[in-house]
Amino acid sequence: MSGKAKDEILHDHNHDGIDRRGFLKCMAWAGTGAFCVMQGGVLKSYSLSGLSGLTAKEMKGELSFVQISDSHMGFNKPANTDVAGTLKAAIDKINALPAQPGFILHTGDITHLSKPEEFDGVDQLLKGASAKDVFYVPGEHDVIGDDGKQYLERYGENAKGAGWYSFDQKGVHFIGLVNVMNLKAGGLGSLGQEQLEWMEGDVKHLSKSTPIVVFAHIPLWSVYPEWGWGTDDSAQALGYLKKFGSVTVLNGHIHQTMQKVEGNITFHTAASTAFPQPKPGSAPSPGPMKVPAEQLKSLLGIRDVNYVQGKHALAVIDSTLE
Amino acid sequence: MKRTVSTLGVAALAIVLLMVAGRSRTFGAAVEDSPAVQVKIDNFVFSPNPLTVPVGSTIRWTNQDDIPHNVVSDDKSFKSKALDTDETFTYTFTKPGTYTYFCSIHPKMTGKVIVQ
Repeated sequence: MSGKAKDEILHDHNHDGIDRRGFLKCMAWAGTGAFCVMQGGVLKSYSLSGLSGLTAKEMKGELSFVQISDSHMGFNKPANTDVAGTLKAAIDKINALPAQPGFILHTGDITHLSKPEEFDGVDQLLKGASAKDVFYVPGEHDVIGDDGKQYLERYGENAKGAGWYSFDQKGVHFIGLVNVMNLKAGGLGSLGQEQLEWMEGDVKHLSKSTPIVVFAHIPLWSVYPEWGWGTDDSAQALGYLKKFGSVTVLNGHIHQTMQKVEGNITFHTAASTAFPQPKPGSAPSPGPMKVPAEQLKSLLGIRDVNYVQGKHALAVIDSTLE
Repeated sequence: MKRTVSTLGVAALAIVLLMVAGRSRTFGAAVEDSPAVQVKIDNFVFSPNPLTVPVGSTIRWTNQDDIPHNVVSDDKSFKSKALDTDETFTYTFTKPGTYTYFCSIHPKMTGKVIVQ
């Protein structure tokens, strides 16, 4: 299969300009940079090299933000001995975006070992970002040894429980969830009953046309439970979002980009700014993947998300640090 | 002044006794203490698992991964701090029973110690 045939749409069941093959292609591009527009729960994808055909208006929205994840400050093993340097490269990349994002979402594993100096290091570097507001959710590496006490002291001022919260930006409702606390032996990520009840109440009074963005560290869909890449009670949380026309779920944890559409919900996982992890099941364990130094930055990255009001479209662009 | 001298005398005696005790302990170690049983943490797996040991055994877990892990018993009767690469945790099992444990950072990692 080569040439033009590769780009033909063979099965356009929904008349939306994308078939399964096209969607899979979007997934394949994601690791090296892809531009995806979501309309009514369906992604449209373009390779980064094809972006010149898009108008500036299509790329820009009423609201734009950037997701970064898994900075693992303090990690110093061969997979990346300079995680501060690659986080700095990610921030430089953000500052160089053509349209400046309104804020940054950090989807957890800010630090490697929850040490105060590791949190301080990330805070210091993020002061260099053009976007001043950073919204966090914790990863399991941010709550080591103290059940998240330090994390809450630093970032939990407006949060409930173990650090969950919601906020609105230009008509989009954002929900930050915590699924790394009170994990049970043999289990996956966990939201817990208290958080689920809070979430149900949080979305109850929103109109069904409100675009929803949910962000949490561990994927809220079953990426690869054998490696713990899923959340035990995520189905209950997603059930509260069934009435909404546009739901986008952003996660980290697995150190690689992946996308999936299920009904009204589009799931994305983000690349790490620190080190890559293997594809599900492709290695004996999900430990850090060692790659030649010259390849490292092609496997790390940031995500730029744009929302165009009235179109129900969230445009998602993943770019590597290269 | 007198008190200081006597204190010094006691301290000196204590040091001598400690040295003797230290020597006898060294000589007797092979007989009195059995070495810790090793459990390695490698590729997100505890091994050997399950592990059966006699009462009084000490187990030493060593993290050989590039990612931190910990060792937490399901009933919280023992709990290590997060072990970075090559760090260890030891625990002595003084009562018979079955002890299940896991890594609370990566809860898919579980293990079992049977003490007889």
